[in-house]
Formats: sequence, C-alpha cells, structure tokens
Amino acid sequence: MAKKPEQPEQAPGHDHWLVRPENIRKLWIWSCVVLGLTVIAQFFTGSAGHLGGPDQWFAFPAIFGFLSCCAMVFGAKVLGMILKRKDDYYDF
Amino acid sequence: MIFEFFPPALILLIAAFLGVISRPTARAVILLVAPLLTLWSIWSLPDGVVLTTRFLGYPIEIIEVSPLRRMFATVFTIMVFAGVLFSFRTAKNAELGAAVAYASGAVGVSFAGDLITMFVWWEMMAIFSTIVIWCGGTEASRRAGIRYGIMHILSGVLLKIGIEGVYVHTGSLDMSVLPALNMSFSTIHTWAPLDVDVWILLAGILINTAAPPFSSWLPDAYPEASPTGSVFLSAFTTKTAVLALIILFPGQQVLIWIGLYMVFYGIIYALLENDARRILAYSIINQVGFMVCAVGIGTQLALNGAALHAFAHIIYKALLMMSAGVVLYRTGLRKCTDLGGLFRTMPVTCICGIVGALAISSFPLTSGYTTKTLISVAAEQEHLVFVWYMLAAASAGVFLHAGIKFPWFVFFQKDSGLRPDDAPWNMSAAMIFFAFLCVALGVFPQPIYWMLPNDVIVPVYKPEKVVFYLQLLLFSGLAFFLLLGYMKRTLTITLDLDWLWRVAIFNAGNWGFDQITRIRTGMEKAMVGWLKSREEGLEDLSERDGFILRATSATGLGALYVMILLTVYVFVYYLD
Repeated sequence: MAKKPEQPEQAPGHDHWLVRPENIRKLWIWSCVVLGLTVIAQFFTGSAGHLGGPDQWFAFPAIFGFLSCCAMVFGAKVLGMILKRKDDYYDF
Repeated sequence: MIFEFFPPALILLIAAFLGVISRPTARAVILLVAPLLTLWSIWSLPDGVVLTTRFLGYPIEIIEVSPLRRMFATVFTIMVFAGVLFSFRTAKNAELGAAVAYASGAVGVSFAGDLITMFVWWEMMAIFSTIVIWCGGTEASRRAGIRYGIMHILSGVLLKIGIEGVYVHTGSLDMSVLPALNMSFSTIHTWAPLDVDVWILLAGILINTAAPPFSSWLPDAYPEASPTGSVFLSAFTTKTAVLALIILFPGQQVLIWIGLYMVFYGIIYALLENDARRILAYSIINQVGFMVCAVGIGTQLALNGAALHAFAHIIYKALLMMSAGVVLYRTGLRKCTDLGGLFRTMPVTCICGIVGALAISSFPLTSGYTTKTLISVAAEQEHLVFVWYMLAAASAGVFLHAGIKFPWFVFFQKDSGLRPDDAPWNMSAAMIFFAFLCVALGVFPQPIYWMLPNDVIVPVYKPEKVVFYLQLLLFSGLAFFLLLGYMKRTLTITLDLDWLWRVAIFNAGNWGFDQITRIRTGMEKAMVGWLKSREEGLEDLSERDGFILRATSATGLGALYVMILLTVYVFVYYLD
C-alpha cells in the first residue's frame, strides 16, 4: 500500500504563515486597531452602565477589564509563591 | 404504580445496561438511540406531578415536570447523545455504560418531585461517576476515584441527614423551596432543629457544586478520567446540584458570596495550573460559581439566568473537554509545558476548542453571552453594586484563564514538534455538533429562552451592551499577551484545602498510630516482665509478643460455645 503523502504542515521544520514574525507583527497591528474601534464605538452606543458609578465612564470596560486581569495575574503569582509545589508532590 | 408515563431516566438506565452486555456495533446503536427516545419521553410529559407511588409509607413523586426541570433534563440528554457519539469507538465498555447510567441519575434528579427520589438518583450519580473515573485505568485515577467517592459519600450522608431532619420537623418531603437559612450564628444555641436540618441539606448539595471548602475534589478527579470519561463528568454532577439549589434554595443570600468565591477561586487556580484538563476543571467551578451567585440573587431573571447558563455551560464545557480529550488521545500529553503548536495538524480540534473558549468567555454571538449576561443584568436590577463589579471582573478573568489560556497553550504558544493527526470522524462530529450549538444559541437563543417563562428575559443584544463586553474581553486579551511572561508554565501543582486531609490529617493520624503502637508495645513488654517475675508458669509467653490476652483454649471449643449460645438464643426467641 502506498504511503500517504505527508502534508506540508506535518513536516517538523514547516514554517506556518501564522508563526512568521512579519505576520505576527501584522496581527498585533490589526488587533490594536480592533481594540481602538471597540473603544471608539462607545461614542455611538453610549454607556451600558446603569449603576450611576464608574460603570458609566467612557472606556470603563476596557480599563476595568485590563486592570482586573492584571490584578488576577499578579494575585495568582503571589499565591503561587506560597502554594506551588512540584507536580509529583502527592505521588507517594 | 401505573406507568402512564415512563420515567425518562429509566430509558437511559436500561440502555446503559443493554449497552454493557451488547456487542460494540449494537452498543453504539443502543446508546445513540436511547437519548433520542429519552428526549421524546421528556417532551411528551405534561407539567405537574405525573407519576407517584409509596415507598416505606412515604409519598413518592417519581416524576414532577416543570419548564425548569424539563430544560435541565433536555440538556443532560443532549449531552448523552454527543458524549456517546464522541466516545463510542474508543471508550471502554464499562465506561460508556457507567457514563450513561450516571446521566440517567442526572435526568432522575431533574424530575424528582420529592427529596427521597432526589436522594436515590443523587447516589446513583455518585456511584456511576466514580466508576467513570476509575475507568481512567491508571493508578492516579484509582486513587483520585477513591478520594472522589469519599467526598460524594460525605455529600450523600449530609443530604440524607438533612432530608430526614426536614421530614421529621416539617412532615413534608416535597422538593420545593425550603425555609430561609438562619444566619444568626451568634445565637446558634437558640436555633430550631429545622434550621440545622436546612443547613446540613444545603451543605450536602454544595459539596456537589464544588463549593468551598470542598472545591478540590473536582480538579483532583476529573482530569484523571479517560479522555472520553472527563467529557461526561464535566456535565452532570455540578449542574444537578445547581438545579437542586434553584428549586430548594432560591434567593438565599449566602449563595451570592459562595458563588463569588467559586468564581475567583476557579480563575486564580486555573491561572496557576499546567495541566490543560485541570485548567478546564477549575473553570467548571468558576462557571458554576456564576450560577450559584445567581441563585443567591434569587430574582426570577437571576434564576432563569442560572438555568440558561447551566444549559449553555454543559455544551461549551463538554466541547472544551472534548477538544482537550482529543489532544490527550492523539498525543498522550496533557501538560501545557509539553504541548503547543498543534493548530498545524489539528485544525478541527483547534477551531472547535476556540469556539468553546469564546463561548465560555461569553463572547457576543456565542451561547455564553446570551445566558451569562442575564445574571449580570439581574445583579444590576437589584442594585447589587459590588456583586455586579465582581461579576464583570470575573467575566474578564474567564477570558483570561479559559478563553485564551487554554487554546493558546495547547494549540499555539510554541512549536512543540508534535504533529498528531486530527480527531477521528466521530469525535469531530460530536465537537462540530456542539460548536454549532454554541454559535446557534448565541445568534438565536430563543429556543432555550422559550423553555422558561418568557416575560423575565431581557434583550441582551443592545449595542451598548455588546460594546461593553467586547471592550471588557478584548482588553483582557491584551492583558494576557502583555503579561504572558508572568504566566510561563511550570511543572507544578497548586496546593488546595485538600492538603489538610491528604497530608496534614493523614500525617497526624500516622503519628498518632505510631504513638499508640509504641505505648501498646511498652505496656506489653512491661506486663510480660511482670508476669515472668510472678513465675505464673507461662514459659513461652515471651515468644508471643502482642498476644498476651490470647486464650489458651482451642478455637474449636470457642466455636462450640458460640453455637450453644446461638441455639439457646433461637430457642428462647421462638418461645416468646
């Protein structure tokens, strides 16, 4: 039986378009454009907040989402310093 | 008892039994047709109590139907169909049978009209889910299954005590809203017995939602099951517990805080985790936290949000588990440190995983958005400001820990050099089916909205709301990529409260036994010395350390005495 021809993606050294540096740079640029557009869109839609606090500020979701993620990553990092163990810790 | 309506759960239970004793082809047909029959049965049941009997003198309502119950049973059954489709070619016979029987327990709980029926199906779930974990077939899964079983026995015992107490103190076994929880712990000595019963019953249910302090059983056990077993496990136990909370404890405010704890616990532990399937296990707790919080808010919109979110969650979580399961099945690997770059050769698995990840993150046009948003709106309507901000932060955190982290570390990240084949056709079909549902219910959620009272659903596709969530989620994504250096995976686990019983209490117990052994040995030696000094004629006693209380008569003589005693007892018993 003839051997199934190998797909180019299956070759170990294959340079996929998604991992080429120039494409990664383009992805970053387009992602930043999209991020900007979501903020600009709030000019047209208005605020979704109804609580009468910072939730009604312009770009609040962007800032709140970004900062709360930073807080969670660093919070996890601190907790990890105390609670992380080697993954064979319970193997006895 | 007249079977005017056949219990849908029994269809699955019988199919599970028939499946186990059948040949592979017949098994697949039986187990794929059974959920379809079950769905037909579920939707042919009218609302209200439709099947009753008596058991040990108690009134039993085997089937009570309501829109809420029907909705949960429906999604459990859809899950069985997709789960069987995903696993029938690779799962062990016992695993598949146990998984379908486990699902029958979930459907049984959905329609349980009284607490005894609920308890019976609840225990069925505990037994068969433990078997599913053991079918992982490794030493780790054997140990995890034992720990899981112990935890669910504890849940069952608490549930049983609570049910008995509630019956004794109210005279009712009806599965309906229980009295409000007594929160005045400073005057606990004045509590009525019913206050204690209700708390115990709640504790039994909360263990199954993986609430604190017993959250760790879930990420401990689910990732140790087989690639197919964990798909089933992700669906039933926690969501039946959510249904029980909606029915028995709506609006109990303590649930808001328990839910918020679970939400952030899931995020933080998932961020620290290296095992791809354990990341998803932590995110189950995170998502169930949203539902528990919604039950605590307790308005009709919040309860509808909890139920609809459970529906959507079962589908996208199973999809994510399927995606991780295919990776494990194809590569034998599950640690983020070993994976990466799999998008090259696993496009179907990767795209389906991304759809599941977007749905869990509540991205607009996915099922997570059309369901979870209702919970936030409910918090807003009740003016629960702190809760609303926490839920918003948690929504961002979900995108961080599951929405991006899972697909990024498994399918992208780095080139691990692995070039596995994509999923087999049946696994692809199951994933595409669920990915389709994730998107379909995001674009057109009305079919699940219609399952519940329509007047308490709010429109979610308002432009300002869509922009709100897009900003929140996309800037969370930005945070992820900017902070990627701080999230480098390590070959580690993170200690949890189960450390208390797996290490601290275990070691303390061993130390205690050592001390008792030392004291006993010392006492025996002292006694032997004393007896020797008394020259009691027991020359050979010193050779039998540990047997100083040994009888000197023959064993046969002892047996004779026991027999005579029993004969006399039986004689006296019949004289009475």
